[in-house]
Order: sequence, then C-alpha cells, then structure tokens
Amino acid sequence: MPPSQTVKIGAESRRQENPFIKNALIVISLLFTLLMLVMPLLVVVTQAFGAGWANFARAVTDTFTVKALQLTLLTTVIAVAANTLFGLTAAWCLTRYRYRGQSLLITMIDLPFAVSPIIAGLIFILTYGRLGWTHSFLEAHNLKIVFAAPGIVMATIFVTIPFVAREIIPVLTARGTDEEQAAVLMGAGFFRTFFYVTLPHIRWALVYSVILCTARAMGEFGAVSVVSGHLRGKTNTLPLHIEILYNEHHYREAFAVSAILVITSIVILTARSVVERIAKKEVNQSVR
Amino acid sequence: MSQTRQSKKVIPGFGLTMGITMSYVGFFVLIPMISMALQAAQLSFKEIVQVATDARVLSSYKVSFGCSFLAAAINVVFGTILAWVLVRYRFPGRRLIDGLIELPFALPTAVAGIALTSLTTDKGWIGQPLSHLGISVAYTKVGIVTALTFITLPFMVRSVQPVLEQLSPDYEEAGRTLGAGSFTIFRKIVLPELKPAVMTGFSLALARGLGEYGSVIFIAGNKPFQTEIAPLMIVTRLEEFLYGQATAVAMFMLFASFMIMFMVNRLQIRAARFVEN
Amino acid sequence: MFKRIFTMLSVTALLTVFTATARADQELTNVSYDPTRELYEAYNTAFQKYWQETKKEKVTVVQSHGGSAKQARSVIEGNEADVVTLALAIDITAVEEAGLIQKGWQKKLPNNSSPYTSTIVFLVRKGNPKKIIDWGDLAREGVGVITPNPKTSGGARWNYLAAWAWGDKEYSHDETKVLAYIKKVFDNVLVLDSGARGSTNTFVQNGQGDVLLAWENEAYLSLAERPGEFEIVTPPTSILAEPPVAIVDTYVDKKGTRELATEYLKYLYSDEGQRIAGQHYYRPSNPEIIKEFTKYFDLNLKLITIDDPLLGGWETAQKKHFSDGGVFDRIYTK
Repeated sequence: MPPSQTVKIGAESRRQENPFIKNALIVISLLFTLLMLVMPLLVVVTQAFGAGWANFARAVTDTFTVKALQLTLLTTVIAVAANTLFGLTAAWCLTRYRYRGQSLLITMIDLPFAVSPIIAGLIFILTYGRLGWTHSFLEAHNLKIVFAAPGIVMATIFVTIPFVAREIIPVLTARGTDEEQAAVLMGAGFFRTFFYVTLPHIRWALVYSVILCTARAMGEFGAVSVVSGHLRGKTNTLPLHIEILYNEHHYREAFAVSAILVITSIVILTARSVVERIAKKEVNQSVR
Repeated sequence: MSQTRQSKKVIPGFGLTMGITMSYVGFFVLIPMISMALQAAQLSFKEIVQVATDARVLSSYKVSFGCSFLAAAINVVFGTILAWVLVRYRFPGRRLIDGLIELPFALPTAVAGIALTSLTTDKGWIGQPLSHLGISVAYTKVGIVTALTFITLPFMVRSVQPVLEQLSPDYEEAGRTLGAGSFTIFRKIVLPELKPAVMTGFSLALARGLGEYGSVIFIAGNKPFQTEIAPLMIVTRLEEFLYGQATAVAMFMLFASFMIMFMVNRLQIRAARFVEN
Repeated sequence: MFKRIFTMLSVTALLTVFTATARADQELTNVSYDPTRELYEAYNTAFQKYWQETKKEKVTVVQSHGGSAKQARSVIEGNEADVVTLALAIDITAVEEAGLIQKGWQKKLPNNSSPYTSTIVFLVRKGNPKKIIDWGDLAREGVGVITPNPKTSGGARWNYLAAWAWGDKEYSHDETKVLAYIKKVFDNVLVLDSGARGSTNTFVQNGQGDVLLAWENEAYLSLAERPGEFEIVTPPTSILAEPPVAIVDTYVDKKGTRELATEYLKYLYSDEGQRIAGQHYYRPSNPEIIKEFTKYFDLNLKLITIDDPLLGGWETAQKKHFSDGGVFDRIYTK
C-alpha cells in the first residue's frame, strides 16, 4: 500500500456508484438493525417504564442501586484505563516487529474471549480464593481479593483485555511499517514516532475500542458474578443487582436498572459522535 | 523470542513494549490459567478424557460449535454490510444505528437473554408472526443462534469499521474509472483490505459465542441432546461441587477455541508478511 | 514496566481501603438463596430492633442472594459468611465437608435447623383448563410442564423428588414403572430453565406451558405479580421442603461474631420471626403460628420428607438421582 494515503472519509463525495446497490445495502442494514438491536431495546424500555415514571425513578434511586452503580463505575474506569495502556503497547509490539511466537502471543491476548465467563470467574477463585494456592499468603497478610472489589476489578480486566489490542492490530497491520521506519531513519525516537506517526492513524480505532471496552466492562455479568459473592451494598455491581431484582420477582425494576446501562452507553456513544464530527472537520480543514 | 535483525534495528521500543505486554498477559491471563490447569490435573488424564468426551458433553459441543459458527457467519455478512453502510453512506438514522451497535455489550447478557426470549416466543412481537409460518425461535437452536448473533454483532462491525474508515474511496473510484463493475471493485479492491479485519471479527465472534452462557441459557430451552450448550455442562458439574470435572470440560473447550484463534492469527500474520514483502 | 507497577499500586491501594473499612460496626453476613431477599429484609429490620433493645448495640446485616449451590460454593471458596440460609441441606453439608462448619449442625437448632418450610405446588392458568390436580396429570399427553433443571436448581430437585414419591406410591414401588412415569413427565417439559426464577418467567411472562412446578412461596409471589391470571393447585401429596440454616463456625470464630450469629438464627424461631416467615409465604415451623396463616397454607396436605426411607436423606437421593449418570441422566438418552 502506498505510504502517501491520506485519511479521507468524505463520504458525501461518493460518485458514480450504482444507486440500486447502495439503497439495497441501506435497507438490509436497517432491517437487520431493527430486528437485532431496536426490538430488544424496545423490550427493555417498555418494561422499564411500563409501570410508570415514578416506579422507574424509585427503582433507580434505591440505595443499593446507587451503591451498585458506584462500584460498576469504579471498576469500569480502572479496567478500561489499564487495558487501554496495555492495548496500545501490545498492538505496537505485535505489529511493528517480526519474531517467532507472534501468533502465539496474539492468541494469548485473545484467550479471554475464548474463555467462558463462568470459567473466567472461576480461575480467579481458584487462584486467590480459599481453595487457591495463594490463599495462605493472602490470609497471612490479611488481603482480600475475591469476594471484594479487587477481585471484581481483576475479573473485569481479564474479560476486556483483548478489546483495545484487538481493534488496533488490524489497522496497524493494514498500514504496514513504512512510515515508522521512515520516521526513525529521520531521527525520531520511540515516543516521538509513536505520538506523531502511529497515533494519528489509529485514533479512530482507539476511540472505538475504548468505547467497546467501556460498554463491555460495564455490562459484564458472568465472570463478576462468580467472584463477587453478591454481598448487597458491597460487592454487587449493576448487572448483578439487576439479576437479584429479577430473581426477587421485581421484573420491572430489573429492567429499569438495565435502562441505566443502556442510557449510559447511548450517552457515551453520542459523545463519541460529537467528538468524531469535530475531529473530522479539523482533518478536512488541515487537508485544504 | 528471536526476531529478524533488520526490523529490530529500525523501529525502537521493542524491549519496553514486549516487557509490558508479557508481564500484563502473565499476570492477568497466564497465572489464572495455570490455576485452572492445576485444578484439572487433580484428575488423571484418562478421567479428563472420559469426562470431556461423555456422550452428552459431546452433543453439547456440537450445539455450541454449530450455533456459534452460524452466528459468526451471519455476522460476517450482515456485520460487514452494516459497517460498510455506516462508513460510506449518509442516510437518516445513521447516527442512531451507529450508536446502537454497542448495545449488546452494555446490556448484561442475562437481560439480553430475557429480552430476546420474550420477543421470540410464540407470544412475542417477533415470534408470533413467525409461529404462524411454523417457525419457532425461542427454545430451539434458532433461538441460540439469534442470541449469539446479537451478542457477537459488535465484534464484527467494530473490527471492520476502523479499517473501512482508513480505506480511501479513491481506489474504488480509480477502479470504476477504469470500467470495473461494483462486484469486481468489491472483490479486487475492498475485500483484500477487509480480509484481516473480517477474519478477526469472525474468530472473535466464534470464540465468544462458544463460551456464552448468560443470554443463551434463557432462550435455549436447555433440553439435553437438543439445545444444551457446552458452558451449561460446566455449570452442571460445578453445582455438584466437582471442580476437577468442571475444569476438565472447560480445558477441552478452551483448547478448541484457542486452536481456532491460533490458526486465524497465523494466517493473518502470514498474509501481513506477504503484503509487506 | 511502569504500567504494571501502576496497576499493582492501585490494586494494593484498593485492598487497603477495603480491609480498613471492614472492621467498624457489628456486622453480620447472611449468605442465602434466591427467593428469600424480602423475607430477610423484613427479618433483619426486626432483628436489628431486637438487638438494639436487648444488647444496646447496632448491627448491620449484609445480605447475599443467588442460586443455593452457587452460594454454598462461594462460601467454600472464601466468601466469609457468618450464617448460611440455603435451600437444601446438602448444600450446607458441602460447606461442612469443606471444613467450615462443624459436624452435626443440623441437630443444633429445632426442626432439622429449618425455621420455616415450604412445599411444591402447581401453578396453573386461570380456570385450570387442562384440569391438572395431581402428579399423575403431569404425565398426560398434551400437558406442557415447566420446571427448572434439577441438575442446576435446588428447587427443581424437590419437584423431581415429589413426583418420584408420588410415582412410587402409585406404582407400588415398581421402579421401572416409576421411571417410565418420570420420563413421561420430563417428555412433557417444554423448557428446562437453569433456575427457579427462569422457569417462573417462562411460564408467567412468556406464556409457555400449562403448569409450573414451583415452591409454594414463589407461586404466591407470581399470583401477587399478575393477579387474576393464575391459580395455585395444591396436590393431595407433596414433599416437605426444609430450607435449613447454619452458623459457619470457622468464619464466626475468625471474626468474633459467634454470639451475634447464634442469636440471629435463634430469633428466627421466635414468634415474631415465625410470623415474618408466614407473611412471606413460608410455612412457619411453629404449629401454633402456622394456624394464623391457613388462608395460604393447606394444612391437610400429606407431606413426605427427604429422610423418608424411600428417599433416604439428601446424600442418598443426590447420589441416586442427580449425580453424573444417575437416574435423572437416564431419563434423557439420545
């Protein structure tokens, strides 16, 4: 691929393309989205507000809902920050060099996706729980990892490890290393090369992946459910709180609390849209 | 790890990035994985094989692999179309759709399962019209595929989308100017660029689908030999406090998905090298 | 390396915060199973008042709810519960076998350590259109049965054993015939959810099946949730479900909460504790108090217990029916 390729996304400039194909593709996308995404969303919303606004407000302002939300936010922030830093370094070292064992290392990073969430929780229990081999050490130092917040953070990190790395790797692979090589030959160091040459190209992938990672970290249920111990007001995250409400025959309240997660993710995504638009304007101006 | 001399010389930072990557993977992935292997090692090799290849467990693998494969394949087609449409076209509702893509991740899997089930039973908004056509979704394999398609959709769209945004339409226009048809342009110009991303999306969707439990459990019906998924076999054993057996089944599944992803990654790295040279 | 160090530091910081705050008030952790949340919410308030009045001490009770076996497992794995209040004795026995509870716990409190009991009833649609009145009707052709999977749900094991006990009497101990009956019942099962709540949802919200096999207390909750749509049918015979409670000895000794935990469980047997159980549709074990709730509970129902020679106690029943390759597995063959 020629290195001179510019970031040009101006879709309005599309010409000469067969309008029939374009419309057909749009219709297919709309139908698919309607069936797979809009309908489930409608179920959540109608259930959440089905018993009226007051009922919804009561469910989401409940003390234990608020506490669960706090824990979820704390966990998400730590997990996403850690995984973003990791994702950038991992993507760099997996695409900028060639060495044996590369595919093995990538697969190790992918591994958390292949692990069933049930097992993802269990492995932390088997490492840091009473049956685990680190237990006597932790007990002696009065440290509590599983059935407390650190375990929840670790399980969330585990489940979301691949997100950032996985999104950036294809983009970097597609670009090749010519530009970095040129930059280095011209005397740029590691950080300079990274920030001025590589980062601009992976910006969008990075934004997408952080959002993806955030959404997944907030919604993670299976792994966290195993390491949490479900202590109400202490180790219940929002998804776990939803499960408890549901199990307690508070069907509508469960959906009301789910709506918090949905609304939060939509807010984040709108924010992304805005940032995206501003950034694109800048790019277009600088190109001119 | 040995590396080719020339690339190490050119781009700096190998030691630093490699060090961080290895320690992070070691701490969060390898150590916990080793604990699991230790647990499974409580059983003899023969016992592990026996547990992991029990007739009922085998049929649950079939259900899990079949349904995840189908769901990932559906997403290859529709996810790629969706990503393409979102990047290349402007139409009313585009931003809304773009904003909804992450919904399956933000929604706890259990909520997703409950919502999808209530949609697709013979009393649901989608299931009712389908049941008149003799198609039942909830409590069948179709239901499992539906749930998995939902859960893994973001993987595909968001893998392909960044690559498409980097891909300048200039090449396609050049192709068109030279008289190539839409299909030829897609096959010769767009597809080769998308291939690594689509393969990534596919393997991630497949692997994620294999392990999915929370949503599928509500929609599957869980009838043995029909709609029982492999992660349920793990849970069943844990309910009996049989850690060794549970981890044995888990190890087996993990090995399978590890191999799938390993092959895809190898193919990809080979392809990348081919492009570079 | 700096990032790893950063991660380690933040984890350590978190650890300190969490270990530091753990030692403030008199605190008790009650690890329980799914449908008892409201029962214990009401009970905790009553107990806190009682403790304040008698001991002039403030106590906070932390509740934890989930599937019974899963909850037992979390305690075994290090979730430091002071008391466990689970659905099945065998789940508490598992905690005992892990060395956390002393042997003979079930004799320490009255009624096999079960302050309240329940039983299995049928929830049917309004007017009982399929005329389901006894266990035999579940095997009839065209009856859609909803029950959770006995392998993953404690409640479902009671369902299964109640059906087994009926079959044993009906077919005068001929195990082949009993097995054929059970097989027919499970052929009628449309959906095998993993937990009791999932089954209720399948039946109530999603409208599947004609009859739901449910705990009595859960059946009443469904009636309250969707009034006028369902009816409860109490079969002539059923099983006595005894959800037991116990102190987790290792953890209370570690935390110094033995006295508090003991009183917490004892107070369940007080008149007030018993009434709270009754108000939440659990059958009080006190024969006087249960009479106050006859509008919910059919007291003429014949109940078989798990320790009946037919079932032989939890260990035997579990091994025979629900273990790998047990009777239940044989129902489902390819």
